[in-house]
Amino acid sequence: MRLTAKILKKPITSALIAIVCGFLVAAVVLAAAGYNPWQAFGALFSGMFARPKYVSNVLIKAAPIILTGLSVAFAYKTSLFNIGAEGQYIVSAIVVTLLGIRLNLPAPLLIPVLLAAGMLAGGIWGGLVGLLKAKYGIHEVITSIMLNWIAFYLSNYIVNLPAFHQPDSTGTYPIRESGYIMLLPNWKRSPQGMAALSRIPWLREVMMRTDVNFGILIAVFMAVLVGFVLYRTAKGFELRAVGFNRDAAQFAGIDVGRSLLGSMLISGALSGLAGCVAIMGAAPHNISTLAAFENNGFNGLSVAFIAGGSPVGCIFAGLLFGGFLYGGQTVQADVGAPSEIINIMMGTIVFFMALSKLISTLADRLAKGSALHAE
Amino acid sequence: MQISEKYAVQMRGIVKTFGSLRALDHVDLDVRKGTIHALLGENGAGKSTLMNILYGLYQADGGEIYRNGKRVRIKGPNDAIRLGIGMVHQHFMLVENFTVAENVILGREVTNSLGVLDMKRAREDVRRIVEKYGFQVDLDAKIEDISVGMQQRVEILKALYRGVDVLILDEPTAVLTPQETNDLIGIMRNLAAGGKTIILITHKLKEIKQSSDACTIIRRGKLIDTVNPQTVDEETLAAKMVGHPVRLVVEKTPAQPKDAVFEIDRLSVRDKRGLPAVKDLSLKIHRGEIFGIAGVDGNGQNELVEAITCLTRAESGTIKINGEEIQNTTPQNVIRHKISTIPSDRQRHGLVLDFSCEQNTILEKYRSSPFSRRGVLQNGKIAAYAEKLIRDYDVRPSTCALQPARGLSGGNQQKLIIAREISNEPDLLIAVQPTRGLDVGAIEYVHKMLVHERDAGKAVLLISLELDEVLSVSDTVAVLYGGSILGTFRQDQADEKTIGLLMAGGKQHAVNG
Repeated sequence: MRLTAKILKKPITSALIAIVCGFLVAAVVLAAAGYNPWQAFGALFSGMFARPKYVSNVLIKAAPIILTGLSVAFAYKTSLFNIGAEGQYIVSAIVVTLLGIRLNLPAPLLIPVLLAAGMLAGGIWGGLVGLLKAKYGIHEVITSIMLNWIAFYLSNYIVNLPAFHQPDSTGTYPIRESGYIMLLPNWKRSPQGMAALSRIPWLREVMMRTDVNFGILIAVFMAVLVGFVLYRTAKGFELRAVGFNRDAAQFAGIDVGRSLLGSMLISGALSGLAGCVAIMGAAPHNISTLAAFENNGFNGLSVAFIAGGSPVGCIFAGLLFGGFLYGGQTVQADVGAPSEIINIMMGTIVFFMALSKLISTLADRLAKGSALHAE
Repeated sequence: MQISEKYAVQMRGIVKTFGSLRALDHVDLDVRKGTIHALLGENGAGKSTLMNILYGLYQADGGEIYRNGKRVRIKGPNDAIRLGIGMVHQHFMLVENFTVAENVILGREVTNSLGVLDMKRAREDVRRIVEKYGFQVDLDAKIEDISVGMQQRVEILKALYRGVDVLILDEPTAVLTPQETNDLIGIMRNLAAGGKTIILITHKLKEIKQSSDACTIIRRGKLIDTVNPQTVDEETLAAKMVGHPVRLVVEKTPAQPKDAVFEIDRLSVRDKRGLPAVKDLSLKIHRGEIFGIAGVDGNGQNELVEAITCLTRAESGTIKINGEEIQNTTPQNVIRHKISTIPSDRQRHGLVLDFSCEQNTILEKYRSSPFSRRGVLQNGKIAAYAEKLIRDYDVRPSTCALQPARGLSGGNQQKLIIAREISNEPDLLIAVQPTRGLDVGAIEYVHKMLVHERDAGKAVLLISLELDEVLSVSDTVAVLYGGSILGTFRQDQADEKTIGLLMAGGKQHAVNG
């Protein structure tokens, strides 16, 4: 019993329980709507794993969500709720697209410039929220939501500027190829590359049929870096102190306002990086008119939540979400069940994560029960 | 003891467990009708838990309760009130902009046959109780305009108005001046003489001797003894409460003050609502001196400390340490100028409870060498430093370094803060209510550390709501009332009566000032 209680209290356990519950609820909904849940889940998983290119696409899809997840998780450590990841992602995408179209630079220059510009844009968008919070005490949720909409309409405005709009399309021109961060984009199309790849069919499929890029590597690297900053550096110590107890931090001489601003700057930059990876890493390499939010930022909220705020946890939670989003398309194609079922599943998982306090309370009860029993 | 009608309340074999903690372990209590019965114990001993069970706020895991010799079950406060048991908590539950009378009848409004509030009759009912027990409250005053002592009486009135026979008072004197305490004891006597039974939860020995007919001592959830406080001296009571002999007097040699190191000149500070809280306050503290500020809560203590530590703006005046002005700078600057503060609210201002004890020891120095280098925390150095503090200051359990500070007892949390602040080697150590909520052993320790710092040539500023503490620890005693210092005394000239009157604002007595 003690062991059970201990296992139940681990954060990973609540995440796994939440995921199982997500599947259960989705199964009920599917069955109620007249679809076979097993078939649907089968389609979901085969849509994620059946072919090498599916796996590759899951990774491509996951990279930006891992980054926005990190962004939200980072701010959360300073007790800030960065619901503005979406807007920070969008402004970064705008800036990267504009510069990517206009700047005529070779790849070794253009790529770092675009990455820096995107992170800066996201950082400013997030920093604005931090500044308003630190200076005037305006709640970050309010300002973030407003900035999300400002970013949204700004994006649509810029897409339709004649200078950037690609005729007969809904988007802008793509950025220059020297700004792409795909894996060996030229080599794989060269005769030697084709020849080399033809010997390894799965690799060939992945390389030729998907936009394999550095995004996932960047995301994993950032997760490790964010973990290091939070837990091993003086800055991270300061941010977490502010997050846990603002009053005590201030009393101990920490400049709380500066911490809030710094936290939102970094958080915004991480969301900005997600925007960079999305634009530079995968087709169509541009921004197009938005009818609604694409949810790359909002999904980051769920990812951070499922990860329990752990930076490394964000990698796995992001992969899960990426998988669901991509595999979900197959559910619709193969089984005919609407892909919204995936949203229901994700919503359920988040819901049950929110209930994870309950699980740990139950675990306490269990431990207490067994302790009394032992007496 | 037998179950009998002579007892207003009898509790038998009460057991209560919280998680793995046995808060109450087969505790018995017998309270005779018409007596004042004290319940003595340290913080966390279980006395409040026992009374919360009697009042129905908690359910016991085992044991029985008898009221007037009859077995009763109390499932909630409503059951308790129906049985004539009432409780006055430390925190009052009053409607600020209602009058005294309105607050008393709230929830028990008297109405006429049409269902309209009959305030006249209600007020008459309340007035009768007030006169019977000598309450001396203005029934038509609004709560926001009356003192804390008066508000407490309103809470007692509320209970009496509901027909309560057994009144539980939870640490009622914590918020009172010495005079108000005496008045309260007078009221309690009147109530007992009028047939009411009073259970008094407290850890103050003097009050028990002054007021109670019987005293039950609880230690770590176990019943230790029930004694007649009139025949037992304070040392014995304290020893029973703590479990070993204690010294109630602070041991120290006469102060040898040197040069003035800290000076406040004509300081004025406004509170959060923008009202003047500290008015034109001046003081001077020397090396080797403990400067104590006595006063009732809410007379500018918080604002004074916040102004010194630069958490709030000083409106005018100067604050100088070693001749340098520090007012209206930053908390960090204050720490850099060698002022260290033991805050009154250790959980809110003193510690990051979710950080480990180790992390809490470097809360003010994480940025500097050797704890961080080029921005990266040096875990080895931090661990060694924390280990040393935990050992030197006897923070228990000694293995707590990597555990969250939340898990420490109040006394050990305070030790951790004291360890951190003293190891800053400050020129001025500010201690705000440093023993609040601590048990006797921990109080003794804190006082010893303050005296030790004084003897090491530091200036110490002690701000406390416990008059006894200020009087016994300080070398110089000042009284804060309404944001001003009404009088300053040398310890040997400070008598409780004069100070007590000043604490209530009695200016005419400030002859020594």
